[in-house]
Amino acid sequence: MAAAVRFFIRGANSRLSVGTGTGGSLGAALLKLSPSCSSRSKTQRRHAAHFTYQPDPVPTQYVIFGEDVAFGGVFRCTVGLRDKYGKDRVFNTPLCEQGIVGFGIGAAVAGATAIAEIQFADYIFPAFDQIVNEAAKYRYRSGNLFDCGNLTIRAPWGCVGHGSLYHSQSPEAFFAHCPGIKVVIPRGPMQAKGLLLSCIADRNPCIFFEPKILYRAAVEQVPVESYTIPLSEAEILQEGSDVTLVAWGTQIHVLREVSDMAQEKLGVSCEVIDLKTILPWDVETVCKSVVKTGRLLVSHEAPVTGGFAAEISSTVQEECFLNLEAPISRVCGYDTPFPHIFEPFYIPDKWKCFEAIKRMINY
Amino acid sequence: MAAVVVSSMMGKMYGLCFHAVRQTAGLKAPWLLHRRAFRISAVHRQQPFDSSLEKPQFPGASADFVDHLEFIQPNVISGIPVYRVMDRQGNIINPSQDPQLSKETVLNFYQKMTMLNTMDRILYESQRQGRISFYMTNYGEEGTHIGSAAALEPTDMVFGQYREAGVLMYRGFPLDLFMAQCYANADDLGKGRQMPVHYGCKDLNFVTISSPLATQIPQAAGAAYALKRENLNRAVICYFGEGAASEGDAHAGFNFSATLECPLIFFCRNNGYAISTPTNEQYRGDGIAARGPGYGMLSIRVDGNDVFAVYNATKEARRRAVAENQPFLIEAMTYRIGHHSTSDDSSAYRSVDEVNYWDKQDHPISRLRHYMTARGWWSEDDERSWRKQSRKTVMEAFERAERRLKPNPELLFTDVYQEMTPGLSRQRDSMWRHVQQYKEHYPVDQYEKQ
Repeated sequence: MAAAVRFFIRGANSRLSVGTGTGGSLGAALLKLSPSCSSRSKTQRRHAAHFTYQPDPVPTQYVIFGEDVAFGGVFRCTVGLRDKYGKDRVFNTPLCEQGIVGFGIGAAVAGATAIAEIQFADYIFPAFDQIVNEAAKYRYRSGNLFDCGNLTIRAPWGCVGHGSLYHSQSPEAFFAHCPGIKVVIPRGPMQAKGLLLSCIADRNPCIFFEPKILYRAAVEQVPVESYTIPLSEAEILQEGSDVTLVAWGTQIHVLREVSDMAQEKLGVSCEVIDLKTILPWDVETVCKSVVKTGRLLVSHEAPVTGGFAAEISSTVQEECFLNLEAPISRVCGYDTPFPHIFEPFYIPDKWKCFEAIKRMINY
Repeated sequence: MAAVVVSSMMGKMYGLCFHAVRQTAGLKAPWLLHRRAFRISAVHRQQPFDSSLEKPQFPGASADFVDHLEFIQPNVISGIPVYRVMDRQGNIINPSQDPQLSKETVLNFYQKMTMLNTMDRILYESQRQGRISFYMTNYGEEGTHIGSAAALEPTDMVFGQYREAGVLMYRGFPLDLFMAQCYANADDLGKGRQMPVHYGCKDLNFVTISSPLATQIPQAAGAAYALKRENLNRAVICYFGEGAASEGDAHAGFNFSATLECPLIFFCRNNGYAISTPTNEQYRGDGIAARGPGYGMLSIRVDGNDVFAVYNATKEARRRAVAENQPFLIEAMTYRIGHHSTSDDSSAYRSVDEVNYWDKQDHPISRLRHYMTARGWWSEDDERSWRKQSRKTVMEAFERAERRLKPNPELLFTDVYQEMTPGLSRQRDSMWRHVQQYKEHYPVDQYEKQ
């Protein structure tokens, strides 16, 4: 595959500890906790887990492009690729998201595997028409004569501590409403590689949102060889009996801490589920869990109204109504644009999730 | 472009002699500076910097200084000239420009244009009679379709807007399949999912049409880029109207195709109207051709009602686009004789006299007929018998399409993704259960069964 991804450890300024998923069949995972600010050891701060994928099969019609992709990208995701694969495969485009996605669709229709980078998910909206009206509908409207299944769109996603309105957004809910595309969000490096490779191989246009705070905060020992993680399969990271916690991306790490807190302080056993694929989402795994526990908490940074927690909540109450012990809880961002200085008050942190669990248990 | 700064402080720390300092776009906080050494050999260089020259050194433009204040005047009174080969009566003006196509080829041009015209008349009527839901005619623009289609290779990809049925017809798309799409019957290659005239054909390299305007323009650039990399002598042509050229996607497509060096022909059908909006409300500059140079694109304006001019321009553009890997912009001036669609009555915004002028005095079909009759290639008898035969052929296809059932409603749920998903499978079962229970309220008999 044509993409190389770098993930850095950041010792400083991280509000979360990063764990790894269950299921270690892909090799040992290294746990790295980043608890407090430490500006002292610079060698520890810059430690890259750099991996490139396997050599391409022939023909080499894999291309990656977007703004500033050629020099390595503003998050270093494409560093080294141009030298390795050539400037006709790794290239800059003009500054135009509707062009980037439109161009990617056309390249995919003509048979290339196109990996289009949008610099921040906040800037994906000019491409919304191309994604929703074109990419998602290409196969259906042509009667399967044409498709752009070879298109993958990648974009940095989610809050980062200081990103404010336009460098923090989580727009997955806008795209969840669009049949024909897939929306995927990894929680860490190992998941990112497997899920991204699945998106690239998938014969449907995929949007892959990469939690930007994890570019620097997460480190794992990632297998060098190619592997895929299936799409539309949620993963139970931790089994529990009293309440189901569902999230994706960065928020998984928050919920893992909350789960420990709940066990310790309330004696409550939490089942933590990483949804991973927002569309099409794994209804069965979530519902099965709620049937068992009777309580559901869904958490995401995006604003609560119309956020994806609403879709999960609605489906679960349809499927598991009589199993519910308490109303489904959504711990999400407020219905405001993402603020700058007020971020600590805005985000659905572990205390808000903890309080929500308490209320559900005592309902 | 990347700005490179040498930092000696870095040199000490890493023991390397060359470093780049970067700031991530938009995240200016100091702890996000990336200090990383990397080779810059692959990075494009600007012209060498030499402050001794009295010439602008800006990376953004290659130009001289000027010491008086003067705004460049856009030239709309005397715009880009219109290239033509025949006059309005079908006489060749400059013999060197006559493509000297064979009688067989020219007759084929004529028959394709008239067959299209006949099909348009019959299908427009069928919408009026409530047999199909919608239709768009191509009256007056047949020359743009046939002239450009003839200049391409069959393997060239076509991205269209919606008024290019003649391109598909020229390539050999059968009448039955045109009708099947308009009737959305079980023979439709598109499986009945789109409104009439949204044709597509993989075998003929004609990408399925979509309603949103200009979305095909950046897609055509991407397809051309992929075809360039394949190096199989294939080009892309992208059709759009002068109205669609106002969309942001048009700007995106032009810019991408030029910067990424794509073998692509942009073919703008400037037919005077975007539904009811005339060109003087669509743009203030000199049409679409004048925008090409702004993107660094070679551009030409042609008489779209002159099938040879369209042919010559497209042929040359195609040859050079593939040989030189650069896009070309052809603005074909023409006139939309018909209404925008069956949902439009253009007498609300233009005069009957204006329409009649183009229909009677400057029509691509009559021009070509004059050219043929002048050479003794086509007589009155030929015309009469061809009109009769083509109408009969169209009517037969029409009647076949009328009788055909609609596709199985199963096809409502397929091709959303390549694979069927559990959710859609459940919804499909739910739909059938519902229809089974309330079947007298659903037109089940008009559709193919399981």
